[in-house]
Amino acid sequence: MKNASIQLETLTCPTCIKKIEAALKSLDGIKPESTSVSFNTSKAKFEFDETKLSIEDIEKSITKIGYEVLKSKVN
Amino acid sequence: MQRFILKNKNSLALISGFLIAFAFAMHHFFSLDFIAELVLILASVLGFFPIAILSYQALRVKVVSIDVLVTIAVLGAFVIKNYEESAIVSFLFLFGAFLEQRTLNKTRSAIKELVAMAPETALKRISDDEFEEIDIDEVCVGDVLLVKTGAKIPVDGRVVSGTGSVNEASITGEPLPVVKDEDSSVFAGTILDNGTLYLIADRVGENTTFGKIIELVEEAQDSKSEAERFIDRFSKYYTPAVLVIAILVFVLTRNVELSVTILVLGCPGALVIGVPVSNVAGIGNGARHGVLLKGSEVINDFSKTDTFIFDKTGTLTEGKPFVHKQIDYYPKPELALRCLASIEKESDHPLAKAVLASIGDIPLYKVSDTHVIKGEGLIARLSVDPQDFSKPEVEVAVGNRALMEREGVFISEQARFEIERLEREGSSLVLTALDRKLAIVMGIRDQIRFGVKEELQRLKKLRVKNLVMLSGDNQGTVDLVSAELGFTEAHGNMLPQDKARYVKDLISKGRLVAFVGDGVNDSPSLALAQIGISMGSGTDVAIETSNVVLMNSDFSRLSHALGLAQATARNMKQNIAIALGVVVLLLTGLIFSDLVSMSVGMLVHEGSILVVILNGMRLLAYKGRPEKK
Repeated sequence: MKNASIQLETLTCPTCIKKIEAALKSLDGIKPESTSVSFNTSKAKFEFDETKLSIEDIEKSITKIGYEVLKSKVN
Repeated sequence: MQRFILKNKNSLALISGFLIAFAFAMHHFFSLDFIAELVLILASVLGFFPIAILSYQALRVKVVSIDVLVTIAVLGAFVIKNYEESAIVSFLFLFGAFLEQRTLNKTRSAIKELVAMAPETALKRISDDEFEEIDIDEVCVGDVLLVKTGAKIPVDGRVVSGTGSVNEASITGEPLPVVKDEDSSVFAGTILDNGTLYLIADRVGENTTFGKIIELVEEAQDSKSEAERFIDRFSKYYTPAVLVIAILVFVLTRNVELSVTILVLGCPGALVIGVPVSNVAGIGNGARHGVLLKGSEVINDFSKTDTFIFDKTGTLTEGKPFVHKQIDYYPKPELALRCLASIEKESDHPLAKAVLASIGDIPLYKVSDTHVIKGEGLIARLSVDPQDFSKPEVEVAVGNRALMEREGVFISEQARFEIERLEREGSSLVLTALDRKLAIVMGIRDQIRFGVKEELQRLKKLRVKNLVMLSGDNQGTVDLVSAELGFTEAHGNMLPQDKARYVKDLISKGRLVAFVGDGVNDSPSLALAQIGISMGSGTDVAIETSNVVLMNSDFSRLSHALGLAQATARNMKQNIAIALGVVVLLLTGLIFSDLVSMSVGMLVHEGSILVVILNGMRLLAYKGRPEKK
């Protein structure tokens, strides 16, 4: 399991958060209860299993629902 | 294609806005209704696409978002051929989103400024005199780094060579540069004004003091209070519920217009956004003024605080005691000072440091048999030069009056008079006796911080009822300081555990207590009080154990912090009131009149969101002057 934090474009609507959270939680390999998207910082934080999917896959699933990824950090 | 449309949704909004204006002109001035209608259809379609894409994406991850409601509403308006409504609603929705993004960026700007102060690169030594620029994330503990004039210090570390003056305002708030040379500690995020430094990295990235501050502020701005969590849970069911209600209304009345109007009116906007906006603006204002507020729960509690407890040393006073009066009774003062210095060298008491600083460099004697008497002082034997004292050993006692009495030290009438005068003046005393005879009296003072008195007055104006001072000093000193500064209560002779017990007592009496300390020895009290405020100059312990951190150790930030918390808490309440008020207004409008159409609903909805954002933005300008009554 690795911790990741993704900086997104400025989020403006609280429903965006629900959408991104739902998109992340639906991915196999992301720990659902570790997932949180914060409104003011516009950051998504979660733990994921790097053997099941890569950070690039995760970024792609966020861009697919229409949000830009600015920067991501894994540690 | 989808991404292209979303990327250009602002331009689409702009075009559809123009088209709507054009259509209205056609209709009103030229009565070309046919053309007007065609243009409105075009505007609707342009505006509809981005919203429809957003709602499709939401539904794919099984979320009924506000976009879904609006999409159905616009479709509905299209079905009943009300192109005016469909065009205006989609335009307003997009335009509103655009304005929200702009204004929200503003409310978050203060915190962004702070984050931007973080260093991004570092010069790492790769061979004897070769340095390479690397990304800050790649710096490791133990790396040797070079910092040149004008650059940011990239890590927390130690200087190995070079000298320079560093501006540490970002960590300590101290505006004057500090000179650094070999073995000095430096902090990430501070700026080297002048000189060149080579340093070894001790802590990097998020582990540095600056990294912790940023992390704290980032967490704080998204931390949620109980009320917000409730709103969040509520809104999760709210949006789908609105959809269900609209469908029910349609099934029962077959009135498409009414159903789609309900969809638009039901959009939860200002309610969900209002509180986070106030929160981020308030915390941002604090960050800019050296006040770290840890989240909205803290803001709420802090705004209601009625009791402030202050630790005296290091909080009300500078925490740098100095000897301001020395009276010698020994025939050869130099020898007595030598004895005193030899003993104080053994102690790490703050007063001992003051004593040593005042004596300066002096030859020392060998010390044996040291006994520490807690709260009183210490006794020891010194091996001295027999020529000076006409014997090889002297017994020396250093401490307060209680110790002298216990040891049966002789104190002359004259000395007693001087000692009592010093005590009345509020000095702490260090008495030295050689072989049970009083040799030296030292009066030690700790300077009261600049502006403390005015600041306490400001706190009173902010409706703080009780100002309490606790201290380990003698009651005489405490009473004196208390009277000078205008405290409502003051207690001396208190050990850290006594202070903690006192805090507990007040809380059990139902007071909302804020404890202000330096975060070093009073962490139990800081943790116990509902609000712990540390005046730490950015020390880790202070940052971690307290709810509010005054970065600058600057006392005058205290009233700013409290005033800001009160203003922010008020702002949150206003925003909730605005949001609820708008919903009530729209619903009564819908039920009792026919003024509320779909586009009016959208206008009010987007308008209320902007109003709460603008209201939150006012907090950024908060200056910290208590309101006049």
